[in-house]
Amino acid sequence: MSGPPHKDYAGAKLGMWIFLFTELLLFGGLFLLYAVYLTRYPREFTAAGREMHLVLGTLNTAILITGSYFAAMAVTAIQRDERRRAVGLMEGAVLTAAVFLFNKYLEWSAEIGHGIYPDSPRLVAGPPGESVFFSLYYLTVGLHGLHVLIGGTFLTVVAIRVQRGTIHAGNYVLLENGALYWHLVDLIWIFIFPLYYLIL
Amino acid sequence: MTSTNQTTPPISSFWNDTGKTGITSWIFSTDHKRIGFLYFYSVFSFFLIAVALGVLLRIELIAPGRTIMGPQTYNAVFTVHGVLMIFLFIIPGFPGAFGNLVMPLQIGARDVAFPRLNLFSWWLYIFGAGIIIASLFTGGGPPDTGWTFYVPFAERTTTNVSLAVFGVFTVGFSSILTGLNFVTTIHRLRAPGMTWGRLPLFVWSIYATAWIQVLATPILGITLALIIAERFLGTGLFDPARGGDPLMYQHLFWIYSHPAVYIMILPGMGIISEIIPVFARKPIFGYKMIAFSSLAIAGAGSLVWGHHMFTSGMSDTAILVFSFLTFVVAIPSAIKVFNWVSTLYLGSISLEVPMLFSLSFILLFSIGGLSGLILGAAATDIHVHDTMFVVGHFHYVIFGGAVFALFGAMHYWLPKFYGRRYAEKPAVIAWALMFVGFNITYFTMMVLGMEGMPRRYYDYLPEFARLNLISTIGSWILVGGLALMLVNLFRGLFRGEPIGRNPWGAATLEWTIPTPPPTENFEEEPVVTHGPYDFKGAGIP
Repeated sequence: MSGPPHKDYAGAKLGMWIFLFTELLLFGGLFLLYAVYLTRYPREFTAAGREMHLVLGTLNTAILITGSYFAAMAVTAIQRDERRRAVGLMEGAVLTAAVFLFNKYLEWSAEIGHGIYPDSPRLVAGPPGESVFFSLYYLTVGLHGLHVLIGGTFLTVVAIRVQRGTIHAGNYVLLENGALYWHLVDLIWIFIFPLYYLIL
Repeated sequence: MTSTNQTTPPISSFWNDTGKTGITSWIFSTDHKRIGFLYFYSVFSFFLIAVALGVLLRIELIAPGRTIMGPQTYNAVFTVHGVLMIFLFIIPGFPGAFGNLVMPLQIGARDVAFPRLNLFSWWLYIFGAGIIIASLFTGGGPPDTGWTFYVPFAERTTTNVSLAVFGVFTVGFSSILTGLNFVTTIHRLRAPGMTWGRLPLFVWSIYATAWIQVLATPILGITLALIIAERFLGTGLFDPARGGDPLMYQHLFWIYSHPAVYIMILPGMGIISEIIPVFARKPIFGYKMIAFSSLAIAGAGSLVWGHHMFTSGMSDTAILVFSFLTFVVAIPSAIKVFNWVSTLYLGSISLEVPMLFSLSFILLFSIGGLSGLILGAAATDIHVHDTMFVVGHFHYVIFGGAVFALFGAMHYWLPKFYGRRYAEKPAVIAWALMFVGFNITYFTMMVLGMEGMPRRYYDYLPEFARLNLISTIGSWILVGGLALMLVNLFRGLFRGEPIGRNPWGAATLEWTIPTPPPTENFEEEPVVTHGPYDFKGAGIP
């Protein structure tokens, strides 16, 4: 038995939007913990937030927004039936995902090098609020990083299918959903960045 | 009841009309009916295992002191009983089995919106179930935390909590995808003329349920992921020694798990709303209010989780607010009960098996719901918190409510899919045994709780002995009735009397197609011209 009996563009979009809501709620649990613990340990959170690498964080924000722009452009390109341009833009978006993760690797290595990681001797000895902050930071950013990885893979698959011609101007809902997912990854980072790097 | 359009057992149906009947034609099928049966038989297997564990728990409690198991085994058995019943049976059971089997037929659709995703959901469910089963036999042994996985104990126990939690996480993902699929299906695939005001009430309840699955389950996902992170990475977010707060775990857990109770009960209410008008031969009373109250329960029910935590040290303001909101949920629940009773009023009631289950649902659910208010009021809750009263209350709602509705649905809809029906008399006897056994088993628990017997202990004081003995005997009557019901039902489905298209004389769409349904469901897309309970409009006498 083959797939759906008919192509339902609006149905596929609706399903994707609902899925994106579930992703927001998944992160919502972590943001909730952030809110509660920030209220409980404002001083420790501020002190710990100062140790974040602001330059790398800002750079990564710019990279993700650029990737989102590429993904949105790819949708426009496929609507105009410019397949080669669409593939190029998708490749650009995947590249931003890779660069983002590489920067994250640099950042985490530096932090781990300073003895900042969950259950590290330094955090165990330090004030409780500091350990909570960094645990939340690693979990939230780690979960986001996982989503960058999934999003990058998703976009790669979509790019291959555009290349092969199974996604084209007449049927591009998968590309659009891939771009939507990538915007979600971007959007969540737009909340993570100020909460951990800027406002403290 | 005489069947209309009496036919011989049909030769061609979704069981065989694709020419594929091997195991792979089932486990890789994207047909909603086949997936419905995959779910039905898998969830029901876990139900029977969990029933057996429940009987063992009751046998342990038949007399004070150690009877058949020690404390550690008892802890593991009640944990596994809960995990199987909640996460592998009742939550996936309704949407997965009857949602899949009936909902697309009732809206006049060929299939769900995403058939392959539907199959993937079942595979995720099976994968998660396999992980949970594996957690029982590997590592430090079966989890002993209770199905709630409360911290800090869930972080410190040496039993195999991480694997079990990961299994539940996977099953939760499956639940999200089912919910997403059903919301999209109900929005996009209704047949022409199937307006929102003509949607059968079972579909309304599945719709409300699907939204809860979509909106609440991710919170469970992140909470369970945090337990695993706590255990493996030592993140300390729920560990007071490291600045964490165990209360936050309880909040996050119940933000999902209280709405999840409505995942369990709402489809049951939908089933009752289907069965009652058919067997009272009257259009449902208050259609709009029943449909609306499903959404109201889903909405308000998402805001009451704190009533599980009245004794946890939460602020008094929070207790007051959560207590008030809990009482608010009683309103839409009562709206449903009043409307069912009003439907019965002056109806021409025929007491067939699905109707018997529905009527007992109304009674048992009302007892369960009202005892819930005793727990929802902070003052009385503190008296009965964590006692057998809670166990009795919960089983009244979920077993007496949801599972009795499920049994009703099995007698109402399964004959449609098999083309044969069960014998009436043994089914009535089985129902009567279960009804009596149920009340003996669980009402005594409520009394025991009022008298102060705590839950989750393998031993108790001698003054509780008599009622515990009665409760255990009740559980045997209950299980006896269950066994008789299953033997009679499945004997009937495979070898019973053949039935026609519409044996009950119902007006919803699933009864207009051949019995059993063909793979394509409808020969041509139906055009709906009347409401789901408009028997006159459907031409049913």
